[in-house]
Amino acid sequence: MKVSITVNGTAYENDVEPRTLLVQYIRETLGLTGTNIGCDTSSCGACSLHVDGESVKSCTMLAAQADGCSVTTIEGLAQGGEMHPMQKAFMENHGLQCGYCTPGMVMASISLLKENPNPTEEEVRIGLEGNLCRCTGYHNIVKSVLAAAKAQ
Amino acid sequence: MGGSILGNRVLRKEDPKFLTTGGVYVDDMLDEPLLVGAVHVTYVRSSVAHAIINSIDTSDAAQMPGVIAVLTGADLGLQPVPSSFNPMATRTLLAMDKVRYVGEPVAAIVSETREQGEDASEMVIVDYDFLEPLIDLEQSMASSTLIYESCGSNVVFDTTVLGIPENTGDAYFADCEVVVKGRYINQRVAPCPLEVRGAAAAWGSDGRLVQWLSTQHAQGAHAPIAATNGVDVSQVRVMTPDVGGGFGAKIGAYPEELLLGVIAKRIGRPVRWRETRSESMVALGHGRAQLQYVTIGGTKQGKVTHYQLHAIQDSGAWVDMGTILAPFMTRPMSSGVYDIPNIECRTTSVVTNTTPTVAYRGAGRPEATAAIERAMDMFAAELGMDPAEVRRINLIPKFLEPHTTVVGQTYDVGDYEESLNKVLAAADYKGWRAKQAERRASNSSKQIGIGISVYVEITGGVGNGESAKVEVLEDGRAIVYTGTSPHGQGHDTSWSMLTSEQTGIPMDRIELVWGDTDRVPIGTGTMGSRSLQQGGNAVFAVAGQLVDKAKSVAARLLEANEADIVLDKDRGAFHVAGTPAVSKTWADLAVAEKQSGGLVHSDVIGVAGATFPFGAHVAIVEVDTETGKVRHIAHTACDDAGKVLNPMLLEGQIHGGVAQGAAQALLEEVCYDPDGNPITSNLADYAFISAAELPSVTVVHMETPTPINLIGAKGIGESGTIGATPALQSAVVDAVSHLGVRHIDMPTTAERVWSAIQQAR
Amino acid sequence: MIPAPFDYKRATSAAEAISLVGEYGDDAKFLAGGHSLLPLMKLRLAQPAVLVDIARIKDLSYIRDAGDHIAIGALTRHMDVEKSPIVLQHAPLLANAASHVGDPQVRHRGTIGGSIAHSDSASDLPATTLALGATYIAQGPNGTREIAAIDFYKGFLESALEPDEMLTEIRVPKMNGATWGFQKFNRRAQDWAIVGVAAWKRGTESGVALVNMGSVPVLATSVSKAIASGASISEAAELAAAEAEPQSDLNASAEYRVHLSKVLVRRALESVNS
Repeated sequence: MKVSITVNGTAYENDVEPRTLLVQYIRETLGLTGTNIGCDTSSCGACSLHVDGESVKSCTMLAAQADGCSVTTIEGLAQGGEMHPMQKAFMENHGLQCGYCTPGMVMASISLLKENPNPTEEEVRIGLEGNLCRCTGYHNIVKSVLAAAKAQ
Repeated sequence: MGGSILGNRVLRKEDPKFLTTGGVYVDDMLDEPLLVGAVHVTYVRSSVAHAIINSIDTSDAAQMPGVIAVLTGADLGLQPVPSSFNPMATRTLLAMDKVRYVGEPVAAIVSETREQGEDASEMVIVDYDFLEPLIDLEQSMASSTLIYESCGSNVVFDTTVLGIPENTGDAYFADCEVVVKGRYINQRVAPCPLEVRGAAAAWGSDGRLVQWLSTQHAQGAHAPIAATNGVDVSQVRVMTPDVGGGFGAKIGAYPEELLLGVIAKRIGRPVRWRETRSESMVALGHGRAQLQYVTIGGTKQGKVTHYQLHAIQDSGAWVDMGTILAPFMTRPMSSGVYDIPNIECRTTSVVTNTTPTVAYRGAGRPEATAAIERAMDMFAAELGMDPAEVRRINLIPKFLEPHTTVVGQTYDVGDYEESLNKVLAAADYKGWRAKQAERRASNSSKQIGIGISVYVEITGGVGNGESAKVEVLEDGRAIVYTGTSPHGQGHDTSWSMLTSEQTGIPMDRIELVWGDTDRVPIGTGTMGSRSLQQGGNAVFAVAGQLVDKAKSVAARLLEANEADIVLDKDRGAFHVAGTPAVSKTWADLAVAEKQSGGLVHSDVIGVAGATFPFGAHVAIVEVDTETGKVRHIAHTACDDAGKVLNPMLLEGQIHGGVAQGAAQALLEEVCYDPDGNPITSNLADYAFISAAELPSVTVVHMETPTPINLIGAKGIGESGTIGATPALQSAVVDAVSHLGVRHIDMPTTAERVWSAIQQAR
Repeated sequence: MIPAPFDYKRATSAAEAISLVGEYGDDAKFLAGGHSLLPLMKLRLAQPAVLVDIARIKDLSYIRDAGDHIAIGALTRHMDVEKSPIVLQHAPLLANAASHVGDPQVRHRGTIGGSIAHSDSASDLPATTLALGATYIAQGPNGTREIAAIDFYKGFLESALEPDEMLTEIRVPKMNGATWGFQKFNRRAQDWAIVGVAAWKRGTESGVALVNMGSVPVLATSVSKAIASGASISEAAELAAAEAEPQSDLNASAEYRVHLSKVLVRRALESVNS
């Protein structure tokens, strides 16, 4: 089937199998491999990206369901070579180690601050309940998000 | 120059890439020319725990769309391969005669797309004759059903074969005034790197095999891959893309990875393989899985005089690395930080019909620490003494010369009491005890628990040194080659700091190469918290030696004595002392050396031995006594890793370690039903800890440099896990100890805590 | 992991969706947010031959004040229920329960109708709407019908909906100042409840329902009867599991679930939210 999806500002039209997951479409059809796959059960959030400005788990959405939508991935955040404030905050606060959860974590964090611009530490922790990281113990991720909120 | 860069909070060079385009993990290599036209391998896995294979019917699967081949062990002519840790145990890389755990690979499907492989895998039919599933350790020890008949027993390793006597039992404690016994389960956990395993293999037109691998140790995988393919190691190149975490589970090469070259050759096309998380949860090695019988005895004044540990290690269904962690990591560290004059420690490793166990963050030391720390708490509880006080009585006093414990392990340097003092002060131990007393007095349903652990561990126990090579190019940039293998640790940043410190070449002009057996033939990889003290140390030494070499070149060019040449690190230029106006830059020297092999130096730098980081943790929990629910509300960690290179990276390692410790203590456990079916085989069922279950961590710095290496550093990768786990477990028990609870096994789930309270009442 | 192959049809109206599902019969499934169905399909625990995507049916996503009740379109997302001023004012218990579903990403996609139609007793919203005495509107080839929540849940993942019927609206009586509590007891924040309780109380009137205390969401009528006849909250809470048949599983024994339900019902009823 045909889908038309705008990804990081560029309109794409592709033929996909109906069962194609949005994450497969992004990674395999478009070659945008920043978005990762970490589980089979919508648990880990590594595949988080934005559909029409909100975080979703792209492993639990069909490309067909995103037909006509606007998708932003980690590759689409930096503008003119300048990192997004959330990306900067992760860099400055050592909010990543192996980097695998990072794209999803950054996308979820941006969505979190959009909905709650001044979160408490606890609100950040609960707001990231759907994004798993095995390296950082979340300490510096939470710190990064709080720093990004403060910098707004 | 503005002083040394070492010891500073330097941001990571790696991060811009990870943050803007993401890393290039093995499954992201879409542009690799050798992988054009690659097909996908999907493994068909055993759905039963223990059975004889009568037949494998691949005919339906072979007819499925896109399927190129369905291959069994017989099709590939696989021969049994012995275990490195007990050669009596042998297996084929695809199960042929019998299956020994759910998840064991039995066939490989090759298909044009990954989805087609997944579709076809459902069509392979294996006919089994079921055997008794041996899931419980002690059941397996007692059973006449053997998992490896050739071993003659399900016990595949025991310290008695090393000449270490059996434990003598209760008689050992005849002279003790106080004796406490425990049976502790250090449960099986799943390492869960966020990137699961993946690999790709291609035979080049030169006849060589190139294999990409998500690994902690490419050089270690090199020989097994060559052997599986029946070729000389010179015909194999192993390369490491970005790796999304390992935690010990990606040290060894697995059957699914070893077979890719064989499959690629067979079908004449390059192949890719990536497991799913559901596969990873049953086929990537598990960690811990130790049953511990512990007895501790001493005086009424709180001096521990006798300690006995029998650690029974679950090897799972293969004699993999997990087998030897108990005898060679747990046993040597069984004395912990304590001066205990009499210790008996036996370990017994047993195969079961479960996923094989491997190294997992801490690998044998968390188990040793959990045993002695839990025992110390139970001893304190028996005496009605403060657990901090009992520890203080028994700690090995500060030593700056090597100290050997009664089990024969020599520690480099230690100041355990200072780490305990620091952590108690930073955590406000007294304040929490006061709060705890208030809650107890008010009979609140929200009780406070305070847990202490003091630990020492062994790092850099793997390898006697590491290779390094530093090369300066004609444009003045440096390439650093290391035998370590970063997968989150930040070696690019750290090794650049060390190189820049020696050479004055700016960090952004330094590139790191690792995990490529052609470019870095010698390497021991990243494991056992060895990287900085061995790999970083080697880079530091070799960069220093390259500076000496450069000085001799500069002397020649400047027509001066080598002894008079100095390096101005601010400018990255060499000149005769006192005449800085006439100088030669690194680039000048590299150009000058072009004809004689370049400005490069490499060496393998040895170290005098392992190092022994130590520290103390205080965990605070709040326990809901009506439901048993535990909240981890505060955590303070004092981890002494010797000289600190980059405190930001050190803290990151501690944070991550604490979270994995908390995960084991509070939440995570791999479970099987009695038939051996895994019931925690995805991240919805397995309670992988999240941000919402953790507090922020207070890190207390302490530096006691080791004399073992040039830079004075010990390991930090695993300390957090080793210190945090027993502290958390103790805190939970402490929260309900006034109700009569003395022990709760990990993970201290709400139901376990609630049950313990009910039983104590 | 990806689903087994299927055909994808997109409906633009409820009538079209119903006719499409009618056409393909038992092999077809409605796809709303997909957060119950797609995970099962990826694990290949469900393999429908046809998915009828109903998420684009614009007129089924709404929250309206309808006098004595609020009317919520079946395709309204959890995040919209959670943040709706109308729900927050008139059914705050439901808004709060919606905020506990899954995680933010799930709540951006998952819908209230999808969750209820999936009829998982471990989900938060079936029990919550049951406690609130909700009525569900189902549309089929022959028109619409009302199904009381109490009559809706028939068994494990089994509802009163006919295969060609679609849930279109959830009608939730206004809470009119009742105090309420939502208790979700789980291992990790993102997990399903081991036991959950949705409860409200207004004088001697109350509604209490239990999450994951059996194959269907359980209305704890004994608790409400006890309160109506003057029992204290603590006394009534002891009857929490009277109607429940909890199972033992990886996360809890049946005995522990019974215990938890009593504690959590008491806490939910004692809570002073209003």
